[in-house]
Amino acid sequence: MAGSRLGTWLDDRTGIGALVRRLLDHPVPPRVGWRYVLGSATLVAFLLQVATGIALATLYVPSTADAYQSLQYITHDAAFGRALRGLHYFGASAMMILIGAHLARVFLTGSYKFPREVNWLSGVLLLFLTTLMAFTGQLLRWDQDGVWSEVVAAEQAGRVPGIGRAIAHFLLAGDRIGGPTLTRSFAFHVFFIPALIFAGVGLHIYLVLRTGVSEPPEVSAPADPRTYRPWYTRLLEREGRPFWPSAAWRDLLFATVVLATVIVLAWVVGPAPLGKPPDPTLVDASPRPDWYFLWYYALLATVPHWLESLTMVLAPVIAIIVLLALPFVAGRGSRHLRDRPWAPVIVLVIVGGVAWFAYEGGRAPWSPRFGADPIAAAVVGTTAGPVSDGAQLFHDKGCEYCHMIAGTGGVRGPDLTHVARRLDRAQLVSRVLGGGGDMPAYAGTLTDAELQSLIAFLESRR
Amino acid sequence: MTDTATPVTVDGSGAPPARRRFLAWVSLGLASLAAAAVGVPVIGLLVAPLARPVGDRWHPVGPASRFRIGETVKVTFADTQSTPWSGRTAATAAWLRRVSDTEFTAFSLNCTHLGCPVRWVAGAKLFMCPCHGGVFYEDGAVAAGPPQRALTRYPVRVSQGTVQIQTSGLPIT
Repeated sequence: MAGSRLGTWLDDRTGIGALVRRLLDHPVPPRVGWRYVLGSATLVAFLLQVATGIALATLYVPSTADAYQSLQYITHDAAFGRALRGLHYFGASAMMILIGAHLARVFLTGSYKFPREVNWLSGVLLLFLTTLMAFTGQLLRWDQDGVWSEVVAAEQAGRVPGIGRAIAHFLLAGDRIGGPTLTRSFAFHVFFIPALIFAGVGLHIYLVLRTGVSEPPEVSAPADPRTYRPWYTRLLEREGRPFWPSAAWRDLLFATVVLATVIVLAWVVGPAPLGKPPDPTLVDASPRPDWYFLWYYALLATVPHWLESLTMVLAPVIAIIVLLALPFVAGRGSRHLRDRPWAPVIVLVIVGGVAWFAYEGGRAPWSPRFGADPIAAAVVGTTAGPVSDGAQLFHDKGCEYCHMIAGTGGVRGPDLTHVARRLDRAQLVSRVLGGGGDMPAYAGTLTDAELQSLIAFLESRR
Repeated sequence: MTDTATPVTVDGSGAPPARRRFLAWVSLGLASLAAAAVGVPVIGLLVAPLARPVGDRWHPVGPASRFRIGETVKVTFADTQSTPWSGRTAATAAWLRRVSDTEFTAFSLNCTHLGCPVRWVAGAKLFMCPCHGGVFYEDGAVAAGPPQRALTRYPVRVSQGTVQIQTSGLPIT
């Protein structure tokens, strides 16, 4: 009974019990189903990031000299270090996926409409902050990819007209990669941005409780400022049920499944591998962003030159403006998909586009294949003479980095397995010497004898 | 309802509206002043790198006799602007090409597209970028891919038989 008396006393002095009861008992509309579990799961992923992030921060050394070694220690020596890095890595992935899915769901059910416009705005802010966390987190891995991602980010910021250079130097904390670069990213990743996320989450949850969970569009009234609020109040009085446990059990079950998935991936797959050390003089680098930015990396390789700076500078700004403007442009009327048939189309186009670009980013067909092996003798067909010499030149002169023959080589340029079927000798010579399109001219690089051998090899590709 | 000549509504403190307004402004003013006093050094520290004067020095990269005419090699040296805790990131590098007996050219490692490190492919006599496939000729001119500008050059000089390169910060293109 002592416990109960302590509880009564504490509740009397703090009112916390009443507050918690209000949170748990707040009525939710009927037929709120599995679609509504994504927001709470995003929050659980964030809390996972906080917990694992704090644990990692107790060992991580945020200095350009030692960060890489401290990560090696965490990964290979520290108790649970590898698992914690894995949890933090897959937790970040889960948070990115869930926040995107939550955004799509809110858009599809029209929940951003009256009177929940600011719920949406605070969600857009949280999406932006989560993206910043994903980016700064990738830098803190401070291997070769981390260093070059920082450089690429600075170069992209440099495209902003007028103040680009200033933004780039702000990100780098100087005019080059150096000691202060990493500590700056670290401070933003562990203090500044998380503080803003906590504030944003607080606002977001407060607003959800204040406006009430949006009812599924099947039972919905049109979002009309004159009638909606009384209608919603009556709906809750008539059919509302307490959040705990009528709706909360789904949130908890789904969040548990998410956590279990992250835990299994963390143990089985493990954290993102550490690349080469952060030494800017090592040019044997192939910097790639983490998967959630692969689509953007691919986009920058794909857009035509004249669109490039616009894509880097204007597109993110436009995307944010469109998201922020949505509840003001389409803040009223029916929320049902029957009346908004374009909504799923928009979601499908965006998800499909991101997935396609991410796939292309993973393949990176535009990148030279530096490690390509020489063409096998069986494919060449001979081991002596000009054709064989040409095959060797095809490798040595870098042709093979971009052109594939019988499955070996790059995919930047056309596959040359059967090139002699399409091009005659004169055309081959002209292409090799003059280049064109996205091929360099080799006129100044090849001796006449080398050219003859190379052409002989290409002519044998039938 | 009766109109009084002086519509003084008095709150619990007995202060008239003008006085309350004054107190509100003083309070907000003091708070703003305090916030500014703390904010100036915080913001100042964050933006200080923008104002730091860039003093670029000449880095010796080896005796001139070590470099053969027509060859392009990577030279590495310590960045004199680095902090004591920079570690490996204090190292920096450039592509150095000996054009003739007296003439040297030094290129930044950074691709002019988005800054990734270009590699010298000696056989092809091309610089190739691993990120988005930019390609440059041996003189730094664009050969293919997304870059629009030739590789950034650093000033080079030979002083008492030693090749020296003057580097600057990351070339923001």
